[in-house]
Amino acid sequence: MSAAVVIAGVGMHPFGRFDGASTTDMGVVAVRAALREASVGKGGFQAAFCGTAYGGVATGHKVLSRLGMTGMPIVDVEAGCASGGAALMLAAAAIRAGQYDTVLVFGTEKMPKGIIRSSFFDPWQEEAGLAATPSFFALRAQRLALTSGVTKDHLARVVVKNRRHGASNPDAMYQKETSVEEVLASRVVCEPLHLFMLCSPNEGAAALVLRREDPTSPAAPVTLAAAALRSHIPGPVLSESTPLAGLADDPVPAPTTLAATAAYEEAGVGPEDLHVVECQDTDAARELGSCEELGLCPPGGSAALLDSGATALGGRLPVNPSGGLLSKGEPLGASALGQVVELVRQLRGECGARQVEGARVALSHTVGRGANAGVVILTR
Amino acid sequence: MRVLVREGLFTDSDPPALHGSRCTACGKTHFPRSDACPYCAAEDPEPVELSRWGVLWAWTAVTAPPPGYKGEVPYGVGIVELPEGVRIIARLTEADPGALAEGQAMELVVVPLHRDDEGNDVVTYAFAGAP
Repeated sequence: MSAAVVIAGVGMHPFGRFDGASTTDMGVVAVRAALREASVGKGGFQAAFCGTAYGGVATGHKVLSRLGMTGMPIVDVEAGCASGGAALMLAAAAIRAGQYDTVLVFGTEKMPKGIIRSSFFDPWQEEAGLAATPSFFALRAQRLALTSGVTKDHLARVVVKNRRHGASNPDAMYQKETSVEEVLASRVVCEPLHLFMLCSPNEGAAALVLRREDPTSPAAPVTLAAAALRSHIPGPVLSESTPLAGLADDPVPAPTTLAATAAYEEAGVGPEDLHVVECQDTDAARELGSCEELGLCPPGGSAALLDSGATALGGRLPVNPSGGLLSKGEPLGASALGQVVELVRQLRGECGARQVEGARVALSHTVGRGANAGVVILTR
Repeated sequence: MRVLVREGLFTDSDPPALHGSRCTACGKTHFPRSDACPYCAAEDPEPVELSRWGVLWAWTAVTAPPPGYKGEVPYGVGIVELPEGVRIIARLTEADPGALAEGQAMELVVVPLHRDDEGNDVVTYAFAGAP
């Protein structure tokens, strides 16, 4: 059996809008905090992987140059919304393979304001109006309504739940609760999605220090049990691969399900063993779809799962106790690692008012353009 | 004059046609044309024109102009299922989601997007409710 990988330290720069701070500035804050927690200094890690989608050339190098810590391999990783998950997978695999003992993984991002402009699309798709990210979210939401009985009220209640969770997260962009009435009073962006049902692209950074477990020293509390990344199998027209067409007969697993299946197998756990989940909630319907694709409920069962109260703090399986991306916002390269930082803190019991009591098995999930889906499982 | 938003995707004729391909190995049809079948990777799928008629499978409307878009808002976006087993993402001529219903008959049309810097009318493919 290959070596266990433990998380020796975590750090965050809060998610939000910080006009005076550069991508590098935010990365420095998160990396410095993670290194300090892990008691790692210059020369203490043998490689670094940096998730970023909008950071530009050598984003990771710029952060580590500022800290005077270079010389090791530094690799920027872009995988859309799953960039941080991809960086984590590469780092963990390198440690398991015996290539390194200690690896720094971080993500830092400063997104343009408004609807995300993605170089993924050809210019003609933008010109034709076929590159509006919220329109794809809305079409998926409508299909979920038709297949899973999800109503606008369900969508609003996902937002209310996550914003309630986020109200006690000092790293979240929105730390204020909202109501079903307020969500439904916000303007319609793409029917059935209202403005409050969509997460805000924003800015922030997150960092982790991974280390091969040393059997001779006291065990670090949190183990990285799995980090899986998968792309899509073509067929579904609403796949995150954002094709222009698909098949009417499309019974292939979603990229999220592919990544989750791999992660469950790697960790030796199933969805029934989880105590807390951070999942992609770029829009309210996405959280419900994620629950189905991760196997947290049967296909078509996400509305009932929400109705049962299971996914709220205090429920059987809290989903997005950090407030999710609906509260935190989404800095692409940092969002997946932000989830992992939250879950490490949950497993350590450090989360105060949003603590999931007794959590020992945790799962994080991101999915986005490419398609790229990342699933991480942590245990203690 | 009229110019296509992207050459090779469709024919601006009466009636118009979408340019897809059919894989000679697995038999599946795809859009737009590509170098290999996206489903089985067989090379050189045969060019075909897709059906002009289909049924509505999903729909919404975009209410604020997204980056790089120069046309009018709101505009409809939806998915139409064609008889050859293909679902196409396209603009819809109907921008009021409340005026559309699942399974309703749809017809391929060509619609203007905007006038470019050289005075050309840029057009694209779209679906309209069939009479």
